[in-house]
Amino acid sequence: MGIRFILMVNKQGQTRLAQYYEYLTIEERRALEGEIVRKCLARTEQQCSFVEHRNYKIVYRRYASLFFLVGVDNEENELAILEFIHLLVETMDRHFGNVCELDIMFHLEKAHFMLEEMVMNGCIVETSKSNILAPIQLMEKAS
Amino acid sequence: MNPFSSGTRLRDMIRSIRACKTAAEERAVIRKECAAIRAAISENDQDYRHRNLAKLMFIHMLGYPTHFGQMECLKSIASPGFPEKRIGYLALMLLLDERQEVLMLVTNSIKQDLNHTNQYIVGLALCALGNICSAEMARDLAPEVERLLQFRDPNIRKKAALCAIRIVKKVPDLAENFINPAASLLKEKHHGVLLTGVQLCTDLCKISDDALEYFRKKCTDGSVKLLRDLANSPYAPEYDISGIADPFLHIRLLKFLRVLGQGNVDASDSMNDILAQVATKTESNKNAGNAILYECVATIMSIEDSSGLRVLAINILGRFLSNRDNNIRYVALNMLMKAITVDSQAVQRHRTTILECVKDSDASIRKRALELVYLLINESNVKPLTKELIDYLEVSEPEFRGDLTAKICSIVERFSPDKIWYIDQMLKVLSEAGNYVKDDVWHALIVVITNASHLHGYTVRSLFRVVQTAGDQETLVRVGVWCIGEYGDMLVNNTGVLHIEEPLTVTESDAVDIVETAIKRHSADLTTRAMCLVALLKLSGRFPACSQRINDIVNQYKGSLVLELQQRAIEFSSVVDKHKNIRSTLVERMPVLDEDTFSGRRAGSVPAAVSTSKVAPLDLPNGGGKVIDAPLIDLLGFDVPEPTPDHDNHHNLINVNVSPTSSPPGPNHAHNDLLMDLLTIGTPPAQNSSSVPDILSPNQDKLSSINILDQLSSPAASVEGKIPPASSPMLDLMDGFGDSPSNPQDNGSAYPSITAFESSSLRVTFNFSKQPGNPQTTIIEANFENKTSNSYTDFIFQAAVPKFLQLHLDPASSNVLPSNGNGSISQRLRITNSQHGKKSLVMKMRIGYKMNNKEVLEEGQISKFPPGL
Repeated sequence: MGIRFILMVNKQGQTRLAQYYEYLTIEERRALEGEIVRKCLARTEQQCSFVEHRNYKIVYRRYASLFFLVGVDNEENELAILEFIHLLVETMDRHFGNVCELDIMFHLEKAHFMLEEMVMNGCIVETSKSNILAPIQLMEKAS
Repeated sequence: MNPFSSGTRLRDMIRSIRACKTAAEERAVIRKECAAIRAAISENDQDYRHRNLAKLMFIHMLGYPTHFGQMECLKSIASPGFPEKRIGYLALMLLLDERQEVLMLVTNSIKQDLNHTNQYIVGLALCALGNICSAEMARDLAPEVERLLQFRDPNIRKKAALCAIRIVKKVPDLAENFINPAASLLKEKHHGVLLTGVQLCTDLCKISDDALEYFRKKCTDGSVKLLRDLANSPYAPEYDISGIADPFLHIRLLKFLRVLGQGNVDASDSMNDILAQVATKTESNKNAGNAILYECVATIMSIEDSSGLRVLAINILGRFLSNRDNNIRYVALNMLMKAITVDSQAVQRHRTTILECVKDSDASIRKRALELVYLLINESNVKPLTKELIDYLEVSEPEFRGDLTAKICSIVERFSPDKIWYIDQMLKVLSEAGNYVKDDVWHALIVVITNASHLHGYTVRSLFRVVQTAGDQETLVRVGVWCIGEYGDMLVNNTGVLHIEEPLTVTESDAVDIVETAIKRHSADLTTRAMCLVALLKLSGRFPACSQRINDIVNQYKGSLVLELQQRAIEFSSVVDKHKNIRSTLVERMPVLDEDTFSGRRAGSVPAAVSTSKVAPLDLPNGGGKVIDAPLIDLLGFDVPEPTPDHDNHHNLINVNVSPTSSPPGPNHAHNDLLMDLLTIGTPPAQNSSSVPDILSPNQDKLSSINILDQLSSPAASVEGKIPPASSPMLDLMDGFGDSPSNPQDNGSAYPSITAFESSSLRVTFNFSKQPGNPQTTIIEANFENKTSNSYTDFIFQAAVPKFLQLHLDPASSNVLPSNGNGSISQRLRITNSQHGKKSLVMKMRIGYKMNNKEVLEEGQISKFPPGL
């Protein structure tokens, strides 16, 4: 199991989406999120996209005002996770049309549905955007 | 009604949360929302269930507790419609985890949904199962998942594969059921199925050797072919990332090949060609390509030796290392760490580049590089590399200095070719970053210095120089002061000058000056000041001419508010003043510390010495070493990892007497607290809470409690019914807790002496007295008498009392007890009874001694104290 958690955080450090693939109590989550967000947000553009924290490696990427942070274990390919973050953003872009923080905030469940189609139990399931979005579009059509 | 379009109220909630300016406002909004949701739940409101769940997910994301909504998830999942199920499953995955018992209730719903005719519902159930299933659910639902691996729709098969991974990780016994279906997934065309199928095979290999054997035999060629087809595949827009077909699948396949090739020459041989092709043909100007190259290098490094491929891999890493993109450099450093075990020569070639990375502005890169340099260092390159690192120490950022200092110290200790180099480097580190140096490091330095007798003069002169320039580095000052105290005469007389040294003229008063500056520096802490005082005392012996001045400095600390300094100052000043005749012998040089013993002890990290020496005069080496003899540890439950039945009893026993919460320490109860500490060390509070009630509730656990006590105090019946109340220590003990003694007596009145303990070899008598005006406190004069014809040595008396008592033990008059009652040991105990007048004294005691060099232990309970104490 490579991916331990996925976070989306805005510039102010507020969590906009959190998906964990291992058990942490609410208090642990809050503490962890606070720590890594502080660490990552303090870094400059030129610095690399990887931060080691506790026993996690955080791979992060910034899109406009939104930070995408993925916590992985030591076995995972950091560059591939970076590519995965981009794929995630592209997928959301395709659905929301130039996705922004508010889209994710007000459509939290949809963002989760997409994530669910892409990652299961910490592993990547699907990388084709149309395959990922098909069930969601079907659901929207039905309603 | 559609749950997703009717989210107005959800929107309102999000808006109002967003509008909150303070955390307190946000909490208030959330509290109100949660109250409303709770109300809706208790009314079993179905129309808004989905909306409430969506809100709960949002609230949960913000980090507030949402456990009250867990049952709603289950209800939502059980409802027939897809949208309800959809949100129910999502909430289930977010709000619940495998540890909650509620989860068991959902097993049946998931089972039904796995067999549903609507494949999207099947997909939902699989996804939930894959994310949160527990071992029990895994056992129950494994057959369904196995069947779904052959489902007609590939989107279900891919999810079933990942679900299978979770199942076999939870229940490894089930792995064999999945080997065959997993192998057949590798023949698919659908990328999602391949991606997850390969992952399943990889995980199966890690769990089961049978699976590894099977896949190695049957699937190695197939996987190689898959990778080849993928690498040569024509443009597929859906899976293409910057010109490379599905890099994710590439990476999965490379990982799988790594597992297959590791430790197997044949399998490794068969993948050589394709690895070479991937390593040479993959585009390296985009991130996706580099990700594949990175994985490919990892595989080449792990599989069985093929030198040609390794050269290729090391070259790729070399290219990565010189890349301008920091991400690429980071992964290169990461991979070089792994490569170093395979081919350290090749990694050594990149030494200069790696060393540059230690100085990078990026903390992540620096950290990786430093760890790599640490691995790269060996006897031959230690000097230049250490020089580089120490030079960098001067300019490094404060937050990096701790790591860097620790690594340099460790390198210097491990690889120093000679002592003078070691001392030189350590002095440099201490003067640059002395405040980051850990205690054990400078302690070790002092040990090395004392052992290098030919370098004493050189060291003390070097220290004299650097302390003057870098006097703000605490640890440097400590080492400097210590050495000046010890070897001050060598500093002044220029003893043992090495040819590399510059000449240095130091007068006696210069040497005193430097210690004086150190002790007066406002930031000097207690340890440094105390060390300074010792150094001054030593110097007063070495430089009799300065002794008046030294006395003046020492005198200034006679009024110090820090007890330690005050005491030292007073004692040292009297040594300097009044005992000139013994001073020179008193301040002789420290004996040389044994390096092997020191390093051995350091490696073993002996737990800090428990100060039993204060309770009873035990001959402990100063500050650690052989702590206490084993039986004592047993009795006191000192850090017992696996309690044997015997230990258990002791545990419980101690818990009776010692409260889980420590009593408030009064100024005069230091010893008592020590004893308390001693008794509670290694006994976690949880144990206390469980065992104290055991003993306090005689109705349920009388029998066991009695047994416990029986083991310790000899003459008692072990069957409940037969206990004569008076002689049963258990009941007496209970009396001690429960009864209210009748007649509180006047202060200062006399109490009869008692024989507190008597065995065939030993008699203990207690004489009591009270101080006037302090009825709570009893002073006990304990006398120990030897009844045998052998004298006892190493005699220790220890006592434990219940929480309402406070015990203070003075040192015993001796630790040798002569034979046949030809003398006795006396020891004073002071007991303060916080429940004076309500409860009488009880005490548990233990005596240890050596007879003919054999250790003997005696223990017992003292409960027949005269009333009114």
